[in-house]
Amino acid sequence: MEYTPAASVSPEPAHHATAHAAIVTASVHRSLHPAVFDALSERLRSTLGSLTGRGRISEADVETAMREVRLALLEADVNFKVVKDFTARVRERAIGADVLASLNAGQQVVKIVNEELTALLSGGDRTLHLAGNPAVIALVGLQGSGKTTTAAKLARHIVKIGRRPLLVAADPYRPAAIEQLMTLGASLDLPVFAAPAGTPVPEIGRLGIAYARHEVRDTVILDTAGRLTVDEVLMAEVTELMRAARPVETLLVIDAMVGQEAVSVAQAFAAAVPLTGLVLTKIDGDARGGAALSISAVTGLPVKFLGTGEKTDALEPFHPDRLAGRILGMGDVLTLIERAQDAFDTTQAEKAAAKIQSGSFSLEDMLEQLQQVKKMGPLGQVMEMIPGLGGMARQAQDSVDRGDLGRTEAIIRSMTPGERRDPTILNGSRRRRIATGAGTSIVEVNRLVKQFAEMQKLMKQLRGGRRLPGVFGR
Amino acid sequence: MFWRRRPPEPDQPADEGGISDAAIEAQLEAELAETEDARTIAQAGGEAPRPTDEQLDTGRPARQAELPATGGAPADGDLVAGVARSRGGFMARLQGLLGRGDPNAATWEEVEETLIAGDVGAALALEVVERARRHRDGAGPTAAVRAELTALLVDREPGWAPHRAVLGAPAIILVVGVNGTGKTTTIGKLAFRYRAEGQTVLLAAGDTFRAAAIEQLRAWGERAGAPIVAHAPGADPAAVVYDAVDAAVARRMDVLIVDTAGRLHTKSNLMDELAKMRRVIDRRLPGAAPEVLFVLDATTGQNGLAQAKAFHESTGLTGIILTKLDSTAKGGIVFAIERALGVPVCFVGVGEKVGDLLPFDPTAFVGALFG
Repeated sequence: MEYTPAASVSPEPAHHATAHAAIVTASVHRSLHPAVFDALSERLRSTLGSLTGRGRISEADVETAMREVRLALLEADVNFKVVKDFTARVRERAIGADVLASLNAGQQVVKIVNEELTALLSGGDRTLHLAGNPAVIALVGLQGSGKTTTAAKLARHIVKIGRRPLLVAADPYRPAAIEQLMTLGASLDLPVFAAPAGTPVPEIGRLGIAYARHEVRDTVILDTAGRLTVDEVLMAEVTELMRAARPVETLLVIDAMVGQEAVSVAQAFAAAVPLTGLVLTKIDGDARGGAALSISAVTGLPVKFLGTGEKTDALEPFHPDRLAGRILGMGDVLTLIERAQDAFDTTQAEKAAAKIQSGSFSLEDMLEQLQQVKKMGPLGQVMEMIPGLGGMARQAQDSVDRGDLGRTEAIIRSMTPGERRDPTILNGSRRRRIATGAGTSIVEVNRLVKQFAEMQKLMKQLRGGRRLPGVFGR
Repeated sequence: MFWRRRPPEPDQPADEGGISDAAIEAQLEAELAETEDARTIAQAGGEAPRPTDEQLDTGRPARQAELPATGGAPADGDLVAGVARSRGGFMARLQGLLGRGDPNAATWEEVEETLIAGDVGAALALEVVERARRHRDGAGPTAAVRAELTALLVDREPGWAPHRAVLGAPAIILVVGVNGTGKTTTIGKLAFRYRAEGQTVLLAAGDTFRAAAIEQLRAWGERAGAPIVAHAPGADPAAVVYDAVDAAVARRMDVLIVDTAGRLHTKSNLMDELAKMRRVIDRRLPGAAPEVLFVLDATTGQNGLAQAKAFHESTGLTGIILTKLDSTAKGGIVFAIERALGVPVCFVGVGEKVGDLLPFDPTAFVGALFG
């Protein structure tokens, strides 16, 4: 089912928005220099001073750094006991470590922290196993964690790898839970099995698997009811269900915004059913996702998938290093860059960045940028991954949505190459000609030229070393 | 009832590039003529029959240590029992730590950790402990920490009811929050509560996105004895709201509760959509000043503060409902939220049954943490 929210309000002048889009483009590539936008190392740099070059990290430095790291991790919802163990381990590595020539003490500590975090998240077997006839994947978790949506996403993924899944609705409690799974299944053209009302849950599992065999479906995705770990009856029920269904994968679906209780929840589920991994959902928000680190650290369970949106295609493989960066508050830069690079011609973008740097960015270059922006597709979603850029994303998205970029494009195309290089020569008669050629008004032409001038001013500030407000800062 | 409210929204420009009032009305004329819910509302007219005990039962097997069923105004004991179930270790630990005579530095660190474990937040936990340590009134460490936590909460009068600003118009409640927090279930509970008080309640199926969301709300409406206004899945939620306000006014309903789709607060287009739904209410019923209740899952960590801030900035919250407090989570992020926004928690959800909604009593809440 397509989701098109109602048109957004407050019309931004189109050119202003595209100017922003162009700046964002440029800043994406500045982000390839992580030292500049690394929030945690900024914090550490200011508290530690800049100790560049040779020397060793002093114990005092490490203590100061560990306080910052502890705070950052707790803010990210990493369990406080895990934080204690973790900082102890980092402290051991950091004290007396040689400071590398290219990093200051703060950055060195961050490097160690990042490595340790990534190591913690990289453990376990991240592959999705599909043994059995049928192969059974079961989803368990608290209420509202996203199990049903994840079930549909997994089903879609399973189809992509050439298999024939059956969705089984094993939540008889939540009003319209079965309807929800059925609706999702229908949207994917996939069968959904539901048992008659009153069927005990373990029996639903058995019947579902039998049905899969009968219909020659080679994979069963078992959606279960959300349950609290303090609910002894329901925890016993899920144990019995797994004994009946014998899944090859039992995944705990956990919301990225869960706080300190993540560990006890995971441990309780692990005690009740043979968990094989985690699905971390709603990671498209700005929750730092420390729960995943806590659970992995204590139980060793690997994150196998990320839920990155409400649609059935929003399921992504898990990259430990990227979540590590996110937990540290550095934003999901790598995923952003990957998405940007998919759409962008990197050479073009680098050329544009170079031109901005040198001050020679012209309307011609802006035209090129507009092509790139158009290719980027759902710009807003990509930009939302950089903390602080959400607002700009909306403006850019609005212009893409409303086709304003087309108007801007048309105006620039109606200009001569000379006019694009040097907009100061644009007198009245030139503007009139351009307006006619682009099928728009002189007012629009004037607006574009004015906004472009403002954009150039902004770029000048960027070149001057002033950071874009809000990028990677909080 | 005293708490800081969001200042009234400035007038919106006439043309916003969205759906115009005229277009909405035209659309509604057409749809209202078709929807079966028009008939439902017509039939509902006066009282809907009160649900029986069988209808209320969700079918879930009874839990061990079942919470007492609640109908009208529950006693403090229920909250204590409910909160106690979830607080078990937290309470005992805190009590144990602070019950001792004069805590030394190590104990205060443990107190801080216990607060952190309750999702109070590292910075706030430190602040609370530091302030508590400075207390010299001789009342003891437990009382000091309790006092400091209570000081973070909004001053409020007991009992929360949606206010009816416009005479003859319904009280309107807009229920918002991120995905999976329990909005629809909570609406069912609210509807049941107001029906039990003898009020007429209308529900609006403002979640037109999530698969079977409308069916889910419909099921709760049946349990609570409240009719619903719904359009087809995928319809414009603002249009549903407009239609619902019209219907609530026409049928002289006492309360209108609007369900909305869960949305991550970082999605600006979705937050705009929500703000628009709020504006539609304001425009259709000027001065109505709807209640905007933010539903927060008690298992949420520090992100809860970012969520609340964003929703408050976009739509203006008037209250918070803390759900799933029957879990092991403590909901400690509430302290930071109330302090930052001045918006009070008005209810807590303590289960999946229609009666599992209790008024929030700050003294009892903090007190239950300390026994």
